[in-house]
Amino acid sequence: MAQMMYRDAVLTTIAEEMARDPNVVVLGEDVVGGMGTPGGPEAIGGIWSTSTGLYGQFGADRVIDTPISESAIMGAAAGLALAGKRPVAELMFADFIGVSLDQIWNQIAKFRYMFGGKTKCPAVIRMAWGAGYNAAAQHSQAAHQILTGMPGLKVVMPSTPADVKGLLRTAIRDDDPVIFLEHKALYGISGEVPDDPEFMIPFGHARLSRAGQDVTIVSSGLLLGFCEAVADKLAAEGIGCDVIDLRTTSPLDEEAILDSVEVTGRLVVVDEAPPRCGLAADICALAAAKAFASLKAPPQMVTPPHTPIPFARELESAYLPSTDKIEAAVRQVLGWR
Amino acid sequence: MQLSREALLRAYRQMKVIREFEERLHVEIQTGEIAGFTHLYCGQEAVAVGVCEHLDNEDKIVSTHRGHGHCLAKGCDLNGMMAEIWGSRDGLCKGKGGSMHIADVDKGMLGANGIVGAGSPIGVGAALAAKLDGKGKVAITFSGDGACNQGTTFEAMNMAVVTKAPCIFLFENNHYSEHTGFEYAVGTQKDIASRAEAFGMKVWRGDGTDFFAVHDTMREVLDYVRAGNGPAAVEFDTERFFGHFEGDPQRYRGEGELDRIRETRDCLKNFRKSVTQAKLLSDADLDALDAEVLAAIEASVVAARAAPRPTAEDVLTDVYISY
Repeated sequence: MAQMMYRDAVLTTIAEEMARDPNVVVLGEDVVGGMGTPGGPEAIGGIWSTSTGLYGQFGADRVIDTPISESAIMGAAAGLALAGKRPVAELMFADFIGVSLDQIWNQIAKFRYMFGGKTKCPAVIRMAWGAGYNAAAQHSQAAHQILTGMPGLKVVMPSTPADVKGLLRTAIRDDDPVIFLEHKALYGISGEVPDDPEFMIPFGHARLSRAGQDVTIVSSGLLLGFCEAVADKLAAEGIGCDVIDLRTTSPLDEEAILDSVEVTGRLVVVDEAPPRCGLAADICALAAAKAFASLKAPPQMVTPPHTPIPFARELESAYLPSTDKIEAAVRQVLGWR
Repeated sequence: MQLSREALLRAYRQMKVIREFEERLHVEIQTGEIAGFTHLYCGQEAVAVGVCEHLDNEDKIVSTHRGHGHCLAKGCDLNGMMAEIWGSRDGLCKGKGGSMHIADVDKGMLGANGIVGAGSPIGVGAALAAKLDGKGKVAITFSGDGACNQGTTFEAMNMAVVTKAPCIFLFENNHYSEHTGFEYAVGTQKDIASRAEAFGMKVWRGDGTDFFAVHDTMREVLDYVRAGNGPAAVEFDTERFFGHFEGDPQRYRGEGELDRIRETRDCLKNFRKSVTQAKLLSDADLDALDAEVLAAIEASVVAARAAPRPTAEDVLTDVYISY
């Protein structure tokens, strides 16, 4: 086991997979950084430091620094994948799916189905997502509630450096298109990462990060850590929480959620996306439909409100789910009746 | 360059297959037997065939909603295509794609596309893959004068120039983007090629109703792009013999326009005139091909009608490879 930052887990996994498979190609805005400037190539090396050094190691044909053309980046990833490559395309901010959605939704996600199962599109689309940086309404959003609803895509949202390693390797080797959501507030966190160069985590298998008998808390991404903190605090009071890290929202590990809810009878879903038609509502509906007899309280959602993401520190803090809000929701389901 | 007798026969046959495929669909669609939206390529055959006769399966093309001609020219199976348009389980896409989504990746045909302009960046990606492989292969994106106004096309052209991708942006200007005239919708009021030129690539222009003009032009373009000079663009002026979609009342057409273009701008008639006057092929040669093609189309329709229908279970397959 080595200590590694979340962002370095991204970079090293890409580098390892590029070294292993000559078909793996990286493309995106500033993935080289500094092209055409006095500073020269790699003056920046990716704004998230998730592609630093790849250009020097693998060259311009495999580390393709693109103009700011998000539709063309996604489209080029589609074409590369149809032509037999394994593109790892970077969308600098998840919010930019707005300008590139056709290529993700109508092209990449659907090729296999539309073409009668006679092709594959092994594209990975990485994107930095999430709030916590006061980056306001167009640079802070969650994209999983939109992308998870699109048949044909797999959607991955790792919460730890180890999961980045295991899930990104699986994503790059997967023959289906994968959306890989990296929470930007997690890039700097450190954690233990297995040394095994073949370490992979299969999709659709949630991780139980805390175990308890009283309440099931489901989350992923930045808020997973908030849920763990709440679970640890309540454990001191003798309240046991199962904290389920989904890891992937498509496929969804329904079994892990239902197995836990059947024991606890109480469910709190904590999600960074707004509440309507989202992941939290989806999971509450799952519990209501398939574990109704086990429920001892109505499932609760802890999400931001149905508003855009505000800028000011006070406003963003008020917008985001917090440990206090999560704790209150847990106490609410515990105190039902 | 003089084409061999075999090459001429093959080119005519390919164009004729497309023509009769579309003419037959035009008739069959009116019975209500075929579901969905269909956009016919009739009139533009010389472009698809004049381009694709230069390509092999490793060269890629990306097509449009008006894609039957590109598919047939690139080698998609006639019977598989007819069965697909009939929505049959034997269709090239098992009845899941239909007219606007026919593809055969093994033939280098990366898909017709229901979204106007979506193919351009996909072509750039395929071209970047070809560049990485270094075997002199290319990708060609077909676009109409409608798609030339989409942002994706602009982004793709710039990205191809920046990355020196061996991509050919092939514009078929049939003067109508859906139901709107080229003179209105292309703001420069000039040709499409000059726009592409402004992105920094070499461009060619030609008469898209003349197979020989298309074929000769494409030889030059392909030599240039295969040599590693980066992308290029070509604009062929052509004609759409039917409406935007089947059922389009075409009230935007000028008086006598359809008769005139059928008379003077028909690539098959022009081809026949050229090769018979030059005594390269005889009317009898071409008549024999005509009969053979009509029989093949008839057989494909009979087979499509008789083919097994997909079942409710088929809805659920082919979404993922593993899930």
